[in-house]
Amino acid sequence: MIEIEGLSFRYPGGGFVLDIPGFRVESGEKLAVIGPSGSGKTTLLNLIAGMNPPDRGTVQVGDTQVSALDDTRRRDFRIRHLGMVFQDFELLDYLNVLDNILHPYRITRALRLDAGVRRRAMALAERMGIEDKLKRHADDLSQGEKQRVAICRALLPGPRLLLADEATGNLDPDNKTLILDLLFDSVDAHGATLLAVTHDHELLPRFDRVVDFAGFRSQAGA
Amino acid sequence: MIDSLYIAWRYVSFNWARTLTLGACVTLIAVLPLSLELLLEESERQLLERARTTPLVVGAKGSELDLVMNSLYFGDTVPELISMAHLEQVKATGLALPIPMYVRFKARGAPIVGTSLDYFDLRGLQIAQGRRFALLGECLIGAAVATELGLRPGDDLLSSPETLFDLAGVYPLKMRVVGVLAPTNSADDLAVFVDVKTTWVVQGLVHGHQDLSQVTDPTLIMDRSDGKVTATAKLAQYTQIRPENIDSFHFHGDPADYPITAVIALPRDQRAGAILRGRYVAAGNDADKRSGQITVPSDVVGELLANIFRIKSVLDAVILVVGVATILALVLVFALSLSLRQREIQTMFKLGCSRMMTARLLGAEIFIILAASVVLTLLLLGIVAQFDEALVRALFIR
Repeated sequence: MIEIEGLSFRYPGGGFVLDIPGFRVESGEKLAVIGPSGSGKTTLLNLIAGMNPPDRGTVQVGDTQVSALDDTRRRDFRIRHLGMVFQDFELLDYLNVLDNILHPYRITRALRLDAGVRRRAMALAERMGIEDKLKRHADDLSQGEKQRVAICRALLPGPRLLLADEATGNLDPDNKTLILDLLFDSVDAHGATLLAVTHDHELLPRFDRVVDFAGFRSQAGA
Repeated sequence: MIDSLYIAWRYVSFNWARTLTLGACVTLIAVLPLSLELLLEESERQLLERARTTPLVVGAKGSELDLVMNSLYFGDTVPELISMAHLEQVKATGLALPIPMYVRFKARGAPIVGTSLDYFDLRGLQIAQGRRFALLGECLIGAAVATELGLRPGDDLLSSPETLFDLAGVYPLKMRVVGVLAPTNSADDLAVFVDVKTTWVVQGLVHGHQDLSQVTDPTLIMDRSDGKVTATAKLAQYTQIRPENIDSFHFHGDPADYPITAVIALPRDQRAGAILRGRYVAAGNDADKRSGQITVPSDVVGELLANIFRIKSVLDAVILVVGVATILALVLVFALSLSLRQREIQTMFKLGCSRMMTARLLGAEIFIILAASVVLTLLLLGIVAQFDEALVRALFIR
């Protein structure tokens, strides 16, 4: 599903360097990525999602070599095939829950908003237990509810790959378990692959595989 | 496009206080100069139209502007008074038809205009209800006065005392409304017209009371000698002119000395007008204040308008500078809000939003604010246009 070879990336200005000789995630696999802060876990997700192009090496997701695409195609690829869940949820407080879930459809041409999408959004919200909060604004929700909205938004286009960046990092223990359950159930239901960055070692046994990022060479201030 | 507008609408309505502030700034920048322009156009129309149809005005020496504003627009500032002798002088020349104007008193806020029936021909005023005044104590009211005070023919209208605390002064006169004028969108709509003699009754120069020769109450008579009777202040004067007491109304002194504020002179032709003006100029040179002055209202109003437009050009410049400063401030506010919204923009980028789409969303927000401002501006301009006559009177013709 994901295959990375000889990848090297440096942020503009040269503040951070990440080198990954080889990295592979199988289709349908639930993989946890751990490692110390600043080790490049989030950078890896951004490279896979095509938000940043690598300086060297290749990133292949499914049949698509993401690293070979131009900016527009990488964006289209991200919209159509990837779902992303963030630690800070990245919801827009001026939109209500339903509008937040549908937001990617309104800001991109690659996705088309129709009655079917709306029905799927409702069904997802129901599965996440937030169907009675669809008209509420995002800033009226609890942390756990916000993350459920973010997961709905990520899953709505039916992505083959779900990238979760510290998705449970801002949640209390009860919500952590609940959100992870929902995330795993949804990934299974969609037949998707999950790549999750986490600091929480208690959650690791639930993943198929764990990769410790400390093994890759990364350095700050290089 | 609809999606961009929808998201933008969500943003501006969520941040309604910020949106209102921005919209109010933009609206003010637009409304101020445009409404000023509207008001000036209306003032030009009102002032010039009336001035052009009033060839000459004779009045006391002093401010030409006060004289013209009082005689043509019934302004509050009363010029120095002249006597009816001036009217007779103009009449005696045979050069012009004189129309007396005595605009000094008020009735429930509306100016009482003492004049003759020739005034209605001069202005081409039509009667909408009732008839013209014919007797002492009758009045004909403008369309706006009728509407605002809820009056119609057959009703009574009380003149207002000149000073509220003058207990020894003349009692208000109850005038009978005999007609309502058709609206003209001019100062005539706001006035109460009476015969000039009625204004003298209002002033107390002409009055009526019970026949003193038949009074037996000693407290009413101060002195009775040589067939002359002097009454005390206790003798009540009639405050309403009725058929049964109209004969008791009488003048004291020479009616030629009775006051008026101006004489509108309608020359037979242009040459007669020039001769009449020449005579007044010549008489004015002898520095005799009683000779009065003759003015051409269109010249006076033209000068007034020139002054107003000079002030307007200064105001325009000030508004332009303030407008540019406000727009710059708005640009700065918008730029600052963009930097505050970097995280939100970054989120949209992560979700797949292109730079072009981000620009469209921001553009849609600006469009909504500007569109709301345009609607608000048009609404406010509509209100200004609706009340421009009254505003012009309040601002320029008081």
